Amino acid sequence: MHEITLLSGKGGTGKTTIAAALASVARDAVFCDADVDAADMHLILKPEILEEHRFESNYVAKIDDDNCTRCSKCVEYCRFDAIHYKPFGGLEINPFQCEGCRLCERICPVGAIHSEKNNNNFWYVSNTRFGTLVHARMGAGEENSGKLVTEVRKKAMEIAKETGARFVITDGPPGIGCPVISALTGTHKVLMVIEPTKSGLHDIERLVDLARNFEPEMFAVINKYDINTGVTKEIEKYLEENSIQLLARIPFDTVMVEAMLHEKTIVEFKPASALSKMIKEIWENVAKTAYAEVTK
Amino acid sequence: MKTNVTTDMPLKIAIASGKGGTGKTTVSVNLFHFIRQSWTSRVALVDCDVEEPNDLIFFPGAKLLSEKEATLPVPEIITDKCTFCRKCVEYCEFNAIVVIPPVKFAEINPSLCHSCGACLVACQDDAIIEKPYSIGKIRKYAVDEQAVIVEGLLKIGSAMQTSLIKIVKKEPVNNAEVILYDAPPGTSCPVVTTTADADYIILVTEPTPFGLHDLKLTVDLLRELEKPFGVIVNKAGLGNRDVYDYLEKEDIELIGEIPFDKKYASGYARGELLSHIPEKMENIYRQIVQDLKEKVSDYA
Repeated sequence: MHEITLLSGKGGTGKTTIAAALASVARDAVFCDADVDAADMHLILKPEILEEHRFESNYVAKIDDDNCTRCSKCVEYCRFDAIHYKPFGGLEINPFQCEGCRLCERICPVGAIHSEKNNNNFWYVSNTRFGTLVHARMGAGEENSGKLVTEVRKKAMEIAKETGARFVITDGPPGIGCPVISALTGTHKVLMVIEPTKSGLHDIERLVDLARNFEPEMFAVINKYDINTGVTKEIEKYLEENSIQLLARIPFDTVMVEAMLHEKTIVEFKPASALSKMIKEIWENVAKTAYAEVTK
Repeated sequence: MKTNVTTDMPLKIAIASGKGGTGKTTVSVNLFHFIRQSWTSRVALVDCDVEEPNDLIFFPGAKLLSEKEATLPVPEIITDKCTFCRKCVEYCEFNAIVVIPPVKFAEINPSLCHSCGACLVACQDDAIIEKPYSIGKIRKYAVDEQAVIVEGLLKIGSAMQTSLIKIVKKEPVNNAEVILYDAPPGTSCPVVTTTADADYIILVTEPTPFGLHDLKLTVDLLRELEKPFGVIVNKAGLGNRDVYDYLEKEDIELIGEIPFDKKYASGYARGELLSHIPEKMENIYRQIVQDLKEKVSDYA
């Protein structure tokens, strides 16, 4: 079984649009939305939720006002500046600043602090017209999206194994930080969606530097390549120098946005278009490498 | 909460979005430019998207003023003093410490460590010391004598983006009157940290289903944080009217609308946002800055 993860470094390059389009042409695949911070794949895939699970993230500390002696030892020990003096006396912990280390709870001389797990996060197993989707909804301002990424990926892999699916297509998060590290750990193939802008190139270089440590097979598509053909050439050169196979140059076309407005993938919306043909070719090329490895 | 005793505290405006690629950087760079022209020359732009900072691409002439390592204190176990009692392991909420008593093994994994200091409190044997561990760089650039840009650059492989944002925001920006924070995408802790001390937040969205969905998530977050905010619709003309209906229904202020223009997008692509600003765009940004100036005087 092969996991193909779409990443981009920069946000808004078209990861989700392309991941959803690939979902509509892929056979034998389970889908996973690992951009848990701002998950959008469900807007196109229209999942019918089969299972809902709560995901417990880190602890958040709370001060019991009745027992607190206002000694402020906790303020002194908290390294995250999360404990504040209330305007009318007493102390309080800002849950958004609390890192959940529980040190305040341990050093409080009167036991006035206790921690609770945050359970504002959910993950789901759903049915869609293309197959099973594992996705999540994170509570606002939550920490630990990396752990939730690991959780949805794990579930998608399990389902793929159980059902004998050959692929998992994972829509990844932007950036190169904690959630991206979680998305890269153990994936087989990375499909980079690059936008031909100076920012897009700068960001993909940082992503490739990070991804190399995990040794996945890497592919790329340049999305909206005709926005700037000069920068597209620079990106092509960069990909060649780094032995990353370029699978397609997708032109800018407002029909992509139109398809999204109709809650359809481009392949469903304009099946006979050149764009749809391109999506099919991208999928065939990625899938081919997986089949080749299987038969080896 | 900290109280502001000085009367000339800078005004802090954060630019955020939820969805990536809606135009946070474009808006931040333009606001920086037009605030300098028609409001105050004492302005700082702080790139808090430390995973993928892009603001500087648009200022090729900016002069590097300083570069320093951003570090977090990460503990180290001195095996000679360690009694392998495992109390530090018990205290560490982040599973960053491994102690195996039979083989006298004790080690801390710096990439999992959150630098909370709990293990130091746990250790009864003085066997843990802290050493600075780099999580990235902070660079400060001058655009002219008064306008500066600060950029945080997360070290490749580090998962401590939120900690780096905190450090970046502490970098002194001379005597700026207005500070702009360009936020990373998403709705989780890095965004909370970027917007935490902002006086006003500008959300940049695009009129598409993805843009609207992620805007709603960010609005929920800012309402929970009790932060004042308004919305700029970028790439107006693409997509549909749903975002406008939402703003009206939720009584959210539309600060401005920036039309989609393929030629302009192409200029952004080359890293040129400020060299050939179309008159249409210029007027829009001038109006936004003018309105902002009037509005934020209420918050400051």
